Amino acid sequence: MSYPVELKYTEDHEWVLVEGDVATVGITWHAQDSLGDIVFAQLPEVGSEFESGDVCAELESVKAVSDVYAPLAGEITEINEDLDGAEESINQDPYGDGWMFKIQLSEPNAVADLMDSTAYQKLIGDENAAS
Amino acid sequence: MALRQTVFHGDHIQAGARMVDFGGWHMPIQYSGIIAEHVGVRRGVGLFDVSHMGEVRVRGERAEEALNALLTNDVSALPPGTSHYSAMLNERGGFVDDVYVYRLAADDFLVCVNASNRDKDFAWMVEHNPLAGEVDFVDEGDSWAQIALQGRHAVSVASELTELDLAPLARGAVVFGDFAGVEGCWIARTGYTGEDGFEVFMPVEQAQPAWARIVEAGADHDLVLVGLGARDTLRLEAGNVLYGNEIGEDTTPLEAGLRWITKLDKGDFVGRDALIRQREAGISRRLVGLEIEGRIGRPHQPILIDGEPVGELTSGTRSPWMGTNIALGYVRQGHGRPGTNLDIDVRGRIAHATVVKPPFFQREY
Repeated sequence: MSYPVELKYTEDHEWVLVEGDVATVGITWHAQDSLGDIVFAQLPEVGSEFESGDVCAELESVKAVSDVYAPLAGEITEINEDLDGAEESINQDPYGDGWMFKIQLSEPNAVADLMDSTAYQKLIGDENAAS
Repeated sequence: MALRQTVFHGDHIQAGARMVDFGGWHMPIQYSGIIAEHVGVRRGVGLFDVSHMGEVRVRGERAEEALNALLTNDVSALPPGTSHYSAMLNERGGFVDDVYVYRLAADDFLVCVNASNRDKDFAWMVEHNPLAGEVDFVDEGDSWAQIALQGRHAVSVASELTELDLAPLARGAVVFGDFAGVEGCWIARTGYTGEDGFEVFMPVEQAQPAWARIVEAGADHDLVLVGLGARDTLRLEAGNVLYGNEIGEDTTPLEAGLRWITKLDKGDFVGRDALIRQREAGISRRLVGLEIEGRIGRPHQPILIDGEPVGELTSGTRSPWMGTNIALGYVRQGHGRPGTNLDIDVRGRIAHATVVKPPFFQREY
């Protein structure tokens, strides 16, 4: 269970690594743990554009389907093709091999609205306390 | 309302299980993970807490007669010490519940019912008991803890926990004795997973220490603890229906492929007239197995032919054992032949599917 300090986080449990105006996106340790064994990933198409908060991918565990939201607005420039048939990477290495897609940001300043590791851990701590 | 806890609740917490509300019970949905648990059962043996299941005790000289008036299967075909799958229907031929009937003695039966239907079933049985005063129905749901040991090594593990000789027991047999240090258990060679195995009813007051003893006995056999998540994927691979998904008050055994537990010639039972009418008129839909290409089907997703809806899915998952996407669903009569090509509307995307005859998984030992 870890939440690297170099990443930014969303309320929908995605993580974002910003390098220049490109963001790499995946789901957090907490999100993969809640989903359970992930067996299918429907990733966005390269070249498609999303507003922040749009559904842009789907993850299916054995039990259920979850939407993944675009954490920031922009255009998909790359998807993690290695996930095809190896979706368990999202469970095993959510911040590494389990990355999902990259976005060319249309509003790079919006990164400032995302949570840092401390704020995100407080959020999931509150969620756990409420459940 | 506070969630109910089985006597093994503390063991689940200690084992790090993820707990959920299931039919009013606080139950383990998974321990190590659904896939690992599922594969553990298929490879070796798994231990399940199924104490949430309900039990109704039926006793009396004429108990067989009373049950035959309530249930679809023929209780008179059941010798003492055996069990079978059966169903209880409403007057429209729909399922009140699907049940397992254990004949403990000539005049003594234990009917195992779904947790979510327990109160409804018991009330229904009492209300429709044709021999009230002669045959007693008692809700013993609070009297029994229940575990399941399932998998090819279940017989090895179970045999270490009792003096009884379990290995020669036939499928469906039920015997009485000590199990895992608990006196007065009923041990049945039954299960819901498609594997060999046992389901054990234990007097609830003494049952709690049994869990740790079973885990200890299973240590040499790679025993896995199994939650409700893998229980569901195991039953789906085995082609077993689940109340609330495939069957309910508005589906009949003829539609659900459960004609084999429906003995229309045995004499009258609640729902029989409706089934005879349905048999004569012909069923309009039937439950089929499906293999879906590329996508995972989920309950209520539409089944299409040439873009026209012909039914919907009732259950679906990625099979943890075979890796294929398996599902059950109802299709209009005429579209259910194995090999038929259909489409599934998976949240707006069309996935191709083929009708296959369940079970998806069959054990080879």
